[in-house]
Amino acid sequence: MLPTSFMAPGISSFSEFLSVEAPHLLPGARTATGNGLDGQVPHGTTIVALTFPGGVIMGGDRRATMGSMIAQRDVDKVFAADEYSAIGFAGSAGFGVELVRLFQVELEHYEKIEGAILSTDGKANRLSTLVRGHLAMAMQGLAVVPLFAGYDAPTDSGRIFSYDPTGGRHEESEFAAIGSGSVFARGSIKKLYRDDMSEQDGVTAIMQALYDAADDDSATGGPDLTRRIFPVVAVVTADGFRRWSDDDTAAIADQVIGGRMQRPDGPTAPVV
Amino acid sequence: MTAGFYVSPEQLMKDRADYARKGISRGRSVVVVQYADGILFCAENPSQALHKVSEIYDRIGFAAVGRYNEFENLRIAGVRLMDMRGYSYDRSDVTARGLANAYAQTLGTIFSSGAEKPYEVELFVAEVGDTADGDQVYRLTYDGSVADVQAHAVMGGQLEQVASYLEEHYAAGLEQAAAIRLAADALGHDSSETRTVEATQLEVAVLDRTRPQPRKFKRLTHATVAAALADS
Repeated sequence: MLPTSFMAPGISSFSEFLSVEAPHLLPGARTATGNGLDGQVPHGTTIVALTFPGGVIMGGDRRATMGSMIAQRDVDKVFAADEYSAIGFAGSAGFGVELVRLFQVELEHYEKIEGAILSTDGKANRLSTLVRGHLAMAMQGLAVVPLFAGYDAPTDSGRIFSYDPTGGRHEESEFAAIGSGSVFARGSIKKLYRDDMSEQDGVTAIMQALYDAADDDSATGGPDLTRRIFPVVAVVTADGFRRWSDDDTAAIADQVIGGRMQRPDGPTAPVV
Repeated sequence: MTAGFYVSPEQLMKDRADYARKGISRGRSVVVVQYADGILFCAENPSQALHKVSEIYDRIGFAAVGRYNEFENLRIAGVRLMDMRGYSYDRSDVTARGLANAYAQTLGTIFSSGAEKPYEVELFVAEVGDTADGDQVYRLTYDGSVADVQAHAVMGGQLEQVASYLEEHYAAGLEQAAAIRLAADALGHDSSETRTVEATQLEVAVLDRTRPQPRKFKRLTHATVAAALADS
């Protein structure tokens, strides 16, 4: 027999339902003591996103680090949140994956219960609540922050939201980056970004930014030429979420690397 | 002191069953048909917003007849149960059989407890497989009984006529459009006088195994349904 709480009307949020029915399954529900595990658990590093006419592109490097050690070389940090949005994370990888999973179920659950898709702002706010639920762990040095990008039907454009560990939500215009390599990635993409980029150019710009992040940040994975492991790239437009195939991503990566062979610091922008 | 009237358990159950059946038979029917690419649900439902057919999980769909608030409760409980199962285990561990069992327990307990009136609902729970052999369709009745149905089935109002029409005209491996026509024609044969059920009166959804995304449930628009009904 299904418990009566399952039949109770009113809650369209999966995480709220979990907090009543099975709070131990929520990522932020644990309490930690001690000085934290920083450096001893895998961390995800750099995610970059940019908007282009009619959509948004997100890319992430593949490295997870544990202190100075490389924990994994082919980790995936960019995912579909739902049909019309993408999410990437930086920080504690275990919690990052869990946050993404919870957010995916959260959106799908709402959609099924209500028979309607949440607005882009609604999704961004829900994610804010989930990040805030993780605050206790962040205080222990196990912070995780997502980058959220979605296609917004009312404005027919891509929108990007970044978060701080307290759940603060910030809408970014044009482009954004999170993670340890984000300072370098942001500097790079700032010089390459144009608001009329094609999808192809946008992906190339993200590849350049990730290359620059890996160039200067030891925790960000650069292109792995021997193993042929390249960043994960996803595009969200009116047609929905689409992850670039490994072959297509590799072709852009090869082009970018080819350019760097000639000019290690990458493309230049005019001084004035 | 007066003794209460004695009612035999047989009589009690019969009365409760009659009550539930009466409620269910007032509504229009819902048809489920297996076709080449999956499972099709078709209900006569003029409402755009209040659904009789819904998505539960990746490969699992739900259709219901009877009292709206009662099957809506069950639908929401099903979504919660399956989402929780998929989140705590894995998406591949979510099965229609698990859901059908949970519904059967719930309906059976409500039916046989004297405290609550029986639910006036019947449900289909279906799961699309990788091939037609893997498809599963369960029919659950108000008293918690479960039946595993094959190829096609109907529940709700005048089901004998609709069921016999389906039986006569069904063929294995139908295309989607043909399955829609069959379901719509069957729903139109619910009385001695044959009706034509318009596309706008139909709520049609499929579990389509050929969809590339993990979620196989798809609601068909009135335009798609109208096109299928027109091309015969």
